[in-house]
Amino acid sequence: MNVMTPGASLVFGEDGTATPYEVYTDKAIYDLEQERIYRGKTWSFLALEAEFPNEHDFKSTFIGDTPVVVTRTPEGYHAWVNRCIHKGAAVCRQHRGNARKFQCVYHQWLYAPNGDLKGVPFEKGAGETKGMPEGFDKKQYSLPKLRVETYKGLIFATFDPEMESLEAYLGPQMRPYIDRIMCKPVTYLGCLRQYAKSNWKLYFENVKDGYHASLLHLFHNTFNILRVSMSVRSLTDERNGMHSIIMTVRDNDDDDGSDYKKNNVASFDEKVRLKDPEILRMRQEYKELSTNHIQGIFPSLVLQQIHNTLACRQILPKGPGEFELVFHFFGYEEDDEELRQMRLTQANLVGPAGYVSMEDTEATELVQAAIEPDRAEKSMLLMGQGDPLHGQSLTSEHILRSFWQGYQKIMGL
Amino acid sequence: MFDTELSPTQRARLALEDFYADYVACLDEDRLEDWPDFFTEDASYVLYPRENEDGGYPIALFSCENKRQLQDRITSHRKANIFPAHWNRHVISSLRVTALGGDQVETTSNYAIFQTRQDGESKLFQVGQARDKIVRDNSGLKFQSRHIVYDTSRVQTLFVTPI
Repeated sequence: MNVMTPGASLVFGEDGTATPYEVYTDKAIYDLEQERIYRGKTWSFLALEAEFPNEHDFKSTFIGDTPVVVTRTPEGYHAWVNRCIHKGAAVCRQHRGNARKFQCVYHQWLYAPNGDLKGVPFEKGAGETKGMPEGFDKKQYSLPKLRVETYKGLIFATFDPEMESLEAYLGPQMRPYIDRIMCKPVTYLGCLRQYAKSNWKLYFENVKDGYHASLLHLFHNTFNILRVSMSVRSLTDERNGMHSIIMTVRDNDDDDGSDYKKNNVASFDEKVRLKDPEILRMRQEYKELSTNHIQGIFPSLVLQQIHNTLACRQILPKGPGEFELVFHFFGYEEDDEELRQMRLTQANLVGPAGYVSMEDTEATELVQAAIEPDRAEKSMLLMGQGDPLHGQSLTSEHILRSFWQGYQKIMGL
Repeated sequence: MFDTELSPTQRARLALEDFYADYVACLDEDRLEDWPDFFTEDASYVLYPRENEDGGYPIALFSCENKRQLQDRITSHRKANIFPAHWNRHVISSLRVTALGGDQVETTSNYAIFQTRQDGESKLFQVGQARDKIVRDNSGLKFQSRHIVYDTSRVQTLFVTPI
């Protein structure tokens, strides 16, 4: 029998400069990603600690496409696969709640919040009939448990018991940027969900793609908000190159939009102004005045600060051609009423109806629809190649090239 | 079998049925520039996913705290935002008058929005409930607030056209 290894025939461009479209469309590649990435050597973002204000709070979510429940107990956070060890039924059937035990409805097998098996109905039989075989020991069984670690209020889990620590996985290049946002106790403000008919990697690439920012999201240009004269920092972690940060930093108050006029960007229109600029009013919260902080932590998290909106975007793949994007919004416990209201108002900037973010899923769907029929073709990622100043450029695609090199490594392609 | 006399609430509902029909026609006929005129100057218009509403979380999908912000949404829709071309069709039903004062009426109603994109397929885009406060000014009825709670928490592709 001749079994082709998934992806064996894929040809990537040198140094991550081209990606075969098949990685976005092929079910075998998708299944291999679930194994090697989501259930493999990565840490996946699950939740913010602020989503669990009370002991025994829980939440259902996913790692890749595996359903996972996160619980908080006096011992800490736990995560287990939401699948009864008896017949495989989902044990927890609620999104969120507070519970001291979890019982599968099918045969009422009972579990502790940490996943330990606590009860099997008719374990010792009933009347004359025998139950479980002699020697069956509940203590030997539990729901499939994951390793859980937290970093600055963010909860992650991994399927790999041998995995390095979360702190090491995030790495020394990325941690200072997480620290920048997760600098004090946070409060959870709720979530918004967006569903796209496209491969999850198209979205993960999108947050590494500063080039599209002012070209796809025309709100900036139309209303004169972001200017190319802002200084930019874009970098990846140095080990796997799959995490990244793009930050735009305001360094002057020149608001005449001259860069756009000079470059003849199509949407420039001097007459268009916001009737109510309240949405743009920003309070400086950090030492460095940044309007955009977009940080992708492979494979499932995008930590963002856009003006005063703070969110963890969670990426949940749903098959090769679909993903769900969950925006978890938060603020700080110490926020005054005005700042809290500013965060709610500015939430109009991001999310499924966000002035500066709604287009992302339209773009990823445009790609998915067009590449489906012709898998032998490749993308082209050449912008800024060889440019020594790529780390200061919004238009360079260097962090995308870095991502695809890391992807080939972790996937063994 | 029925009382022939109309109660004040029933008379209000008749006028409100016309008001909602005009509102829906404005949106479904793509006269978005006229949409803010259905609101008072200090109107609020907010869309919450049901899980936030039920969980007590304040984040909204789309929120405007005055008429100018509604107008900005339309300017952005027309000039800035990029989205799949689509036609929305609203179906509003089960209109109830929940409070009837001298100068303000409160209602709840269910809605379904069917969306058709360029491929010609019509899909259910969103269902939910609207809780509205409506007042009368010189030119007729106006929304003072629309507090909309949508059940369809997964927004398909994106949300750009007001409902």
